[in-house]
Amino acid sequence: MGAAMSDSHTVPLTDLRREWVIEGIRSPQAQKDIEHALAALPELRYARLNLTNRRLTTEWTKKGQSAAVLMAALDALGYRAVPFTQNEAEALQAARTQWLLRCLAVAGFAAMNVMLLSVSVWSGNATEIAPETRDLFHWLSALIALPAAGFAGQPFFYAAIAALREREMTMDVPISLGVLLALGMSVYETAVHAHHAYFDSALMLLFFLLLGRVLDHVMRLRTRALAANLAALRAPFAHRLKADGSLEEVPADALQSGDVMLVAAGERLAADGTVIEGRSDMDDSFLTGESMRRMVSPGDSVFAGMMNGAGQLRIKVAQTGARTVLAEIEDLMEKALHVRSRYVQIADRIARIYAPIVHVTAALTALGWILAGASLHDAIIIAIAVLIITCPCALALAAPAVQVVVSGGLFRNGLLMRAGDVIERMADVDYVVFDKTGTLTVPDPAGLDFAGLPPDMRIIAARLAMASRHPLARALGAAVQAQNGALSPLANVTEVTGQGVEAFYEKTLVRLGSPAFCQVEMGPAPMGQAVSHLAFRFGEQAWCISMTQTLRIDAVKTVAELKAMGLEVMILSGDHQEAVRPVAEQLSIKTWQGGLSPADKLTQLQKLRAEGHTVLMVGDGLNDAPALAAASVSISPASGADVTQAAADLVFMGERLGVVPLALRLCRKGRRVMVENFLLALVYNLLAVPLAMAGWVTPLIAAAAMSGSSVLVALNALRARHIAAGGLPETKREQS
Amino acid sequence: MSVLLYLVPTALGLGLLGLFAFMWSLKTGQYDDLEGAAHRILDDDDLRGT
Repeated sequence: MGAAMSDSHTVPLTDLRREWVIEGIRSPQAQKDIEHALAALPELRYARLNLTNRRLTTEWTKKGQSAAVLMAALDALGYRAVPFTQNEAEALQAARTQWLLRCLAVAGFAAMNVMLLSVSVWSGNATEIAPETRDLFHWLSALIALPAAGFAGQPFFYAAIAALREREMTMDVPISLGVLLALGMSVYETAVHAHHAYFDSALMLLFFLLLGRVLDHVMRLRTRALAANLAALRAPFAHRLKADGSLEEVPADALQSGDVMLVAAGERLAADGTVIEGRSDMDDSFLTGESMRRMVSPGDSVFAGMMNGAGQLRIKVAQTGARTVLAEIEDLMEKALHVRSRYVQIADRIARIYAPIVHVTAALTALGWILAGASLHDAIIIAIAVLIITCPCALALAAPAVQVVVSGGLFRNGLLMRAGDVIERMADVDYVVFDKTGTLTVPDPAGLDFAGLPPDMRIIAARLAMASRHPLARALGAAVQAQNGALSPLANVTEVTGQGVEAFYEKTLVRLGSPAFCQVEMGPAPMGQAVSHLAFRFGEQAWCISMTQTLRIDAVKTVAELKAMGLEVMILSGDHQEAVRPVAEQLSIKTWQGGLSPADKLTQLQKLRAEGHTVLMVGDGLNDAPALAAASVSISPASGADVTQAAADLVFMGERLGVVPLALRLCRKGRRVMVENFLLALVYNLLAVPLAMAGWVTPLIAAAAMSGSSVLVALNALRARHIAAGGLPETKREQS
Repeated sequence: MSVLLYLVPTALGLGLLGLFAFMWSLKTGQYDDLEGAAHRILDDDDLRGT
């Protein structure tokens, strides 16, 4: 592909160091391959591939060298490099994670040293330590603990101040209060030569709480990096064709819909649009997950981020900037980080109600002990223990941590989440309903039979078909365009739900849709083959077009897998009985119905739900929206622009149905971990709080128990991640 | 107890040394790619030339 290296790829190197996003990494082997290949290039001083975020860092020996050598070397290995600059959101997240890590390190160092001094004092108290030595150790502890807590406690102190300013209560407030009280009390104890100080409690509390936060941030950073890699695919510049026929290079943002851009071989698209001239093979793996290149010809839609193959294309721009499909996918990924599942909402609410309770409980405990005759000193110590131990940090971490882990796992497999509570709803599914056309089967353009439809009528039918979003109509439109070149869709087309489309063509009523809609007899169907019919009526004349359908590559395996998971599988199709039967037989699905209207599908789904089933509907997100909405949860396959339009809870990109059982498994595990986390947090609070109030818990034990429980919860959430990464079955393995 | 006079500063100094070592490794990006590092250690092609 050396010849395809056009001008657009000779990126001027303003700086010696550069970052690239590498596409096409399927195994860790890539690291060795790429680094060894690049080490052989004399132009490069340094090249290192980061496997975690799939980015390559290179350093050039001198300025002004062309990036083409690098691109060619990677291309020879089957990888593609895209120049990358870190976006602000990710840079912020990375900086914050680093900061938390630094705080963690300081807290850890201080906690260890103070703990050693404390152990000496405790053993000394049991034997006969000289009071001077004990005071020395306490002052030493204070010397270490006060600056260390001042530094490591910053994340909590800042958050607590911010919350108080907003007149809100977050967990940071009792944590900060607990730390400050413990430290202040300890300094006082030291000054009055007491036997005990609590510097160790404050530091241990900070250390473990920071550990939980760092884990949470690292998970978020990873997901955000994936989204940023996707954004890097959009070309920053485009070549716009001016009215006088000359070319100008413009930034992608300056493009407007209606502009015509010229895309050279090997160039990436800067905007969405339609091909108006030229043919080429395009790499759209970011949308489909397929490594196969797709041929495009005039009339085809192309999207920002796709890479042009060997041909030159003229493209009419449709969408630019934030309205491109690429930008919308990125936006969806970003949102999934913030969507609040039902569990997250519950946890949030509990935390909000709970924070004041923590303070009140601590205050009441202190008051109670004073009334019971305890000294002020003892009462305060017990109150500190209660304050620390009651913090429901584990509860606040229980659900969000799992949410981030699971949505990250879904992304990595090409699934986009469009609703917050998908995890919980998916986990309950016991019945899977498939739509047939476009879901289990895909129309096979080679099996198109026009059955005597004259060529001029085919063009009208195709132009009508282009206005529809039905998979069969789309296939028809694409097939006719492949033979006759680009066509424009008819104007003023009305869609009759579940029936077809109609319009007036030079004052003649034309219809395309089901045979009944066009009042035409269905042609005889060959036995044992899934043939679907599409009818076309032009005024008084009507024809029946038949189209064979092929099963999606992994449909058989997917259905078998779903059954093995103990789920009921069913097909509800609008296509006629004879077209559904062979598909159901091939997939060995016993319950199936064909010839259903959209209303029939709704009734069927409602009946299933009335019987107490939680139904997952897998269907076409554009034409089957009511049925998808009637199910408990829905998944829709999507390619290209459909990704952002499909009305389903989960949308998957690519050709493989295998993501359906995968998503079910991921969500089931995610939900299980969430419930476990809630139980852990709850049991901990139920046990620890009464003990603390009874005065049996020292601040040190309180700190260990409280922070221990939140670390436990964060680590448990990570378990869902390991399942997510390891439970990737067939889909990934087949590709590699 | 005069032994404490140099033992305690020594212990703290060693701890601080560890802390600075960690801060340095964090700053130089040694934790940026834990996954890659796991695979890189298995690459013994650099021994071929020797």
